[in-house]
Amino acid sequence: MTDATAEPTHRPSPREQKEMAEQDGPMLAADGTPLKRSLNRALRAQKLRALMLIAPLLIFILVTFVAPIADMLFRSVENQIVSETVPRTIVALDETWSDHDAVPGEAVFAAMAYDLKEAAERREHTRLGSRLNYETTGISSLFRRSGRGVDDVGEIYADQFIELDEAWEEPATWTALMADPEWIADAEGTEDEDIPRFRLADGIADILPETASAYAGFARVIIDQDGDNPLEEEPWNTIYLALYRDLSAGADVSAYDGPQARRLSAAAEAVPGFESEPVSVMFEDIDEDWLDPQVWGTIDAFSSRYTAGYYLAAIDMQLTPEGIEPQPEEQRIYLLLFKRTLFMSGVIMGMCVLLGYPVAFLLANLPLRTSNLLMILVLLPFWTSLLVRTSAWKVLLQQEGVINDTLVWIGLVADNDRLQLINNQLGTIIAMTHILLPFMILPLYSVMQTIPPSYVRAAKSLGANDWTAFWRVYFPQSVPGIGAGCILVFILSIGYYITPELVGGRTGTFISNRIAFHISESLNWGLAAALGAILLGAVLILYWAYDRIVGIDNVKLG
Amino acid sequence: MKLKTAMLLTTATVLAAPGSMAQEMADSMTLVSWGGAYQASQIAAYSDPYQEMNPDVEIVWDESSAEAVARLRAMDEAGNLTWDLVDVVAADAIRLCDEGLAMEVDHDEILAPAPDGTPASEDFGDLIVSDCFIPQIVYSTTFGYRTDVAEWNGAEPSSVCDVFDTETFPGQRSLERRPIGNLEWALICDGVAYEDVYDMLETEEGVDRAFAMLDTIKDQTIWWTAGADTPQLLADGEVVIGSTYNGRLFSLIEEQDQPVAMLWDWQMFDLDGWIIPTGLPEDRLNRVLDFVNFATDTQRLADQAAYISYGPARDSSAPLVGQHAELGIDMAPHMPTDPANSVNTFVFNYEWWADYRDDLDARFQAWLAQ
Amino acid sequence: MTSGDAAAFVAFDRVQKSYDGETLVVKDLNLAIGKGEFLTMLGPSGSGKTTCLMMLAGFETATHGEITLDGRPINNIPPHKRGIGMVFQNYALFPHMTVAENLAFPLEVRGIGKSDREEKIKRALDMVQMGDFAGRRPAQLSGGQQQRIALARALVFEPELVLMDEPLGALDKQLRETLQFEITKLAHDLGITTVYVTHDQTEALTMSDRVAVFDDGVIQQLDAPDILYEEPKNSFVAQFIGENNTLHGTVERIDGDAAVVRLDDGSQIDTIPVNVDKPGQRTLVSIRPERVEFNKDRLAPDAHTIKAEVKEFIYMGDIYRTRVSVAGNDDFIIKTRNAPDQRRLKKGEILEIGWRPQDCRALDA
Repeated sequence: MTDATAEPTHRPSPREQKEMAEQDGPMLAADGTPLKRSLNRALRAQKLRALMLIAPLLIFILVTFVAPIADMLFRSVENQIVSETVPRTIVALDETWSDHDAVPGEAVFAAMAYDLKEAAERREHTRLGSRLNYETTGISSLFRRSGRGVDDVGEIYADQFIELDEAWEEPATWTALMADPEWIADAEGTEDEDIPRFRLADGIADILPETASAYAGFARVIIDQDGDNPLEEEPWNTIYLALYRDLSAGADVSAYDGPQARRLSAAAEAVPGFESEPVSVMFEDIDEDWLDPQVWGTIDAFSSRYTAGYYLAAIDMQLTPEGIEPQPEEQRIYLLLFKRTLFMSGVIMGMCVLLGYPVAFLLANLPLRTSNLLMILVLLPFWTSLLVRTSAWKVLLQQEGVINDTLVWIGLVADNDRLQLINNQLGTIIAMTHILLPFMILPLYSVMQTIPPSYVRAAKSLGANDWTAFWRVYFPQSVPGIGAGCILVFILSIGYYITPELVGGRTGTFISNRIAFHISESLNWGLAAALGAILLGAVLILYWAYDRIVGIDNVKLG
Repeated sequence: MKLKTAMLLTTATVLAAPGSMAQEMADSMTLVSWGGAYQASQIAAYSDPYQEMNPDVEIVWDESSAEAVARLRAMDEAGNLTWDLVDVVAADAIRLCDEGLAMEVDHDEILAPAPDGTPASEDFGDLIVSDCFIPQIVYSTTFGYRTDVAEWNGAEPSSVCDVFDTETFPGQRSLERRPIGNLEWALICDGVAYEDVYDMLETEEGVDRAFAMLDTIKDQTIWWTAGADTPQLLADGEVVIGSTYNGRLFSLIEEQDQPVAMLWDWQMFDLDGWIIPTGLPEDRLNRVLDFVNFATDTQRLADQAAYISYGPARDSSAPLVGQHAELGIDMAPHMPTDPANSVNTFVFNYEWWADYRDDLDARFQAWLAQ
Repeated sequence: MTSGDAAAFVAFDRVQKSYDGETLVVKDLNLAIGKGEFLTMLGPSGSGKTTCLMMLAGFETATHGEITLDGRPINNIPPHKRGIGMVFQNYALFPHMTVAENLAFPLEVRGIGKSDREEKIKRALDMVQMGDFAGRRPAQLSGGQQQRIALARALVFEPELVLMDEPLGALDKQLRETLQFEITKLAHDLGITTVYVTHDQTEALTMSDRVAVFDDGVIQQLDAPDILYEEPKNSFVAQFIGENNTLHGTVERIDGDAAVVRLDDGSQIDTIPVNVDKPGQRTLVSIRPERVEFNKDRLAPDAHTIKAEVKEFIYMGDIYRTRVSVAGNDDFIIKTRNAPDQRRLKKGEILEIGWRPQDCRALDA
């Protein structure tokens, strides 16, 4: 500390200067331009240079830190897979399904047939199944089975159309009916890779809406996914289903005067005589679960592009077709784990303060040579691989381990009643305190080093005994170190997962272990992201609270 | 990579006769496996002979199978596929297939037929549990127990239900920290018939019964996550009985000579095999297909059993299983598929677990945490 | 002021101190400080003065010897029971407490009641003219203000002995002078015994009743400031205190309290022998610059004079400072008062300079 840290002369703060400037009108520089502007001009080059200097770091942080976090936050609400995979179904559910206790109508099943067929061709139906299985058990296999089964949906109509007129089997018939003539001209004779984007014929979507939609989907899949030419591909059975539904719904085929007008009117006339089967029955043939309203309810509930479902799941709630409900009691785990993580991180932090403070004090007050040696001991855990440490803890702490053996040998503990020191909360606390102790000691040490010994001397000369001098004078000045250490240790321990996984047993695991599980095993990245976002939020709130209570200025790393 | 193109390529490769150098093939590939003795057995049985035949091919081994599903998804999202062939358990293969991350293959086209001409799909039979999955081995999760526990007064566990019998067999147990296997065993030991186990687990009552059964040993159990845990715990005497993969127990008993014995009762069969990631460039795919065709033929699968006690996935390999490469003991009696060992077996019901896993896992973890 | 051994308020009796067991930092120190006395320990850094202070305060233990306070041996009394006020160079104000809290600290630990405390704090703050700053934190004060507070804190519990360890070392000159005056006045008004450590000889001279000049762990001279200045007992003191001209020579003859010294260029000068005792001895002759005379009228008729050539004339306002070359010493300084009749010397001028014999001290070489 030097003198003249703060001269009493009052220097106006920037804000005051600004106020003064506002009172008197803008201050002018020698050339008459406002002083502020010429100052800005002078500083601009400097700022630019500064920006260039930090640019690599800035870009690095953006790429490796900000972007992943933004991505995580996005994933935690993102739910586009449903609306992208089964778009027609969602619209149909929205428009026609009112009684959520009943199976939806034919329109929904038909829409699902078109969507599912397309998704199956794109190999996306199983992904949707996995996604929805997070919400309702059984949907995963329902979609997997239906991906193949949907091939047959509409076959009954395909057969009848072809029987009526074999031309309906010809790809050319369909493209002539559905496609824009210009597109046909473009696509004819083109290499498979260069087929232009499919375009519907003018007006066909008004006359045969479902057919147009289903066929356009078909053409897109054929072009994009398979790299083939729709001019040469037989349409799927679901397209015959669409045509049947359009025609039997009374499509105004007289309004159509395109290339296939005659064939279409013939078909329209014949359709009432077709043998028919409800689409729901076709789905029932695939899997009777399709008649379970809960399946449709789940699809409906998660139809929006963004969902709070992951966040709800992360706090032991669930989004059901009936609204937000708590999870069944036996499945609630996340709140418990959040609480446990915070509690145990707090305990670990407290242990680190208790154990680290005296060590840091000793380090700061010993002669340099001795303190360097001690510092090496403190840093030793840093240099030991986690695997070695874990093995060491196991050897030491397990029931047949060194500590228990010693206690039994001394007679403090009965042989058949050995202490459980690992594979539980205690194990996690012991191991993590060990790992994180340096993170407490180092900031404490560097803060303590800056506390001049004259403070304690002054206190003693003023009549304070050793304890009072320490508690009233030394300790308050080391608080910034404690603050820094606590923030470090707490935030690090909140996010730890390897150690709790290895030594935590069933009661000593953290929320991070579940996040890791959802990232690497269940692949429920949305839920993992939501859990991570909540954890991030918790840390930010704690940080804010700390700032309010202690003041972040009171944190010193040295 | 468009699926259909891939399939066409596949077909083309096979039509051009396996092993021929007609197509362009990459001269290096990255294989992903589990590390340890298992990967060593694959190197010895598959990749060393393959490299002998193709000396200019570089084979890189990665030990990331445990996180293969997540890594493949991440690679897919990043559009940077660095793996060529990945060894995964069947459940993961199904998941990767569902996610579109693993390539669907026609087993008869890409795999060699049995020496007697039986097509691959018949030779592998039911073990092809997914269109993306190319089976290699049958392994099982089963129990090992210490043979020197004084408190047992000479009794030895003979049934999986002895795991739940803390009266006769006191001491700590170790079980895997996941519902699969544990719930089935719990129900079997609660008196549910084998055929009814999964039906039972679909009901609330069945799940309750299973957890109630597990409750009886909850506090005396160490829950493991790595296959190496139980062998270590058994060797240390920290647990007296615990589940793990049969190959680990084989190595503990036969190679390390520990006082531990196998309990084959109601062993949980599982499968491990290859998947080819979706989206490989043509030359790399050709190389992988060439390798897979070689590495999964009847002889190669049988060879692997000389290094590790896992059963070859082909029926036609079983008669060719010989002796352990170093110990010189007959491997057949140590195979989970040996008739003496497979009196009572569970076959992992992949379809069922794919549906119920999310739910039961949440419940299992909640149960554990409390 | 008293300084008798029997009545000594603070006494060091044959005190030695070593940190490493090999060298002595303080060698056989004997010192008696009277009650109410303002004693300054002056010396270059490493001379042992601060160590002495710390031993007195109780932060260092004497390796040998005894320190008594008011007749009681205090070697084994912990610092907080000695009741000695102390002011540190870096003020050592507790940064997490306000000024009032800092002052309350010594009172609180003594269990003094709240109303008493407030009154004492107010009095102490008024004493250092800082009455309005009770609510401030040390960081909001200037160095001088902080030092006043530190002083007030050291005095607030009314100790009989106050130790000050270079308290003004970090302040600028003007502030230092003001505070020197204030501290001396306070100490005298309150009748407190003060032991003051400094390496600034001006400070020592202006403030103290007596000054102990330390060098190499030993008190070189212990005297009142005027005696110290005018009658240094050895060349270290002579050179350390004030400005000093030195000339090297050999003792020609000693005649009672007068001695003639032959300088190295052969010229002879009159001196008084301080620590030379026989002819032929090498000696260092010391003359204060303001005692050098070049106006022959003011010199004794029989005085030896010596030739000097003016090298440089410096106008310093209140004084003139002339650098001359004397007997091979080019840094010989003459200080003259800027008086109306005073002559300004010119560069190159040749002078005959001389001095009263009693102003010229022949010291150890």
